[in-house]
Amino acid sequence: MLAAWLIVFREVIEAGLIIGVVLAAARGVAGRGRMVSAGVIAGLAGAGLLAAGAGWLGEAFSGNGEEIFEAAVLGCATLMLGWHTVWMARHGRALAAEVRSVSQAVQRGERPLTALGIVVAIAVLREGSEVVLFLYGVALAGGATAGGMIAGGLLGVASGALVTLLIYLGLVAIPLKHMFRVTGGLITLMAAGMAAQAIAFLQQAGLAEIWTVPLWDTSNWLAEDSIAGRLLHTLVGYTAAPDGLQLAIYGLTLAVIYTLSRLLAYAPPTRTPLASAS
Amino acid sequence: MTRSVLFLLPFAWLAASATARADDVFRQDIELKDHVFAPSEITVPAGKPIEFHIKNLDATAEEFDSSALKVEKVIPAKGEGVVHIHPLAPGRYKFEGEYHEKTAHGVVIAR
Repeated sequence: MLAAWLIVFREVIEAGLIIGVVLAAARGVAGRGRMVSAGVIAGLAGAGLLAAGAGWLGEAFSGNGEEIFEAAVLGCATLMLGWHTVWMARHGRALAAEVRSVSQAVQRGERPLTALGIVVAIAVLREGSEVVLFLYGVALAGGATAGGMIAGGLLGVASGALVTLLIYLGLVAIPLKHMFRVTGGLITLMAAGMAAQAIAFLQQAGLAEIWTVPLWDTSNWLAEDSIAGRLLHTLVGYTAAPDGLQLAIYGLTLAVIYTLSRLLAYAPPTRTPLASAS
Repeated sequence: MTRSVLFLLPFAWLAASATARADDVFRQDIELKDHVFAPSEITVPAGKPIEFHIKNLDATAEEFDSSALKVEKVIPAKGEGVVHIHPLAPGRYKFEGEYHEKTAHGVVIAR
């Protein structure tokens, strides 16, 4: 039961971290709860389908279908997070400062909210399918221990959800002005981590075999499969022994999002509409 | 738009570079039965790209997992999967089946 709890808990907090950060980042935007719930439900449905189709997917692309799928959804999530960060750089400050134009902000807010919903769905899909596969295997094996394992799994889901809630409450406790900067930074790092992870999957599929020599190894200090290592892996893309290509993609993603955010940053209007009209 | 193009560029480049795979890849077949890997101790040449062809004979899925080898891959029930591992420095690299860690584990020895 303890083993089942640990496995499910690990997967749920990985998705939960992403949901917690996304919920905080979308604070003050109407329809946030709806979009995140839709993301979770779509992700769960997708996780079931993915688990059911694991055999088929595994055999696609000469045995590397799973890696290509993972790389594709992680690439998609990276784009969505990048889009959100750039959008927030443009509109976030206005959103926090001008309560008057909230209704207008809500209209504009729909687009990145969709992006965040997609990110939530992808997170739930990826981790959820592993939980489904694991619990299905347990149920299939049957026997006296199956009941305990299923109970452990459910407990894992509950405690993972609790950690998600704590992350969210911790983030929203930050004053609004700084909170957007913190969540923006977190989301940028998360995006870079996902891009590097997508590359790792392509390398595992044998599709990106360059610069594969690990540059350093910090697994003695912080193992990637420890709970703290996993949390940092999800949040900022911590990898104990990154190789050259993963590091390059990580840096490139950070640079692109940062540059676009700076270039497109919100500038407060200096002229009144009347003055500019005359 | 610019961003998505920028993002896709490396992928196109990677796909192009991936076709030039030499035949000096070390291949190892692994079987999983009753949640035990056979062989569970695998000796591989250091400095060579490696391919594991893993066959799952069990009725349940397993995740072949190793942070040391930087691999995580679901092997479906009664299914098969291939993992590619970058050239290794000499040393020992542990791996395990995440869903049945007690029985499904082993070590790769590169020398």
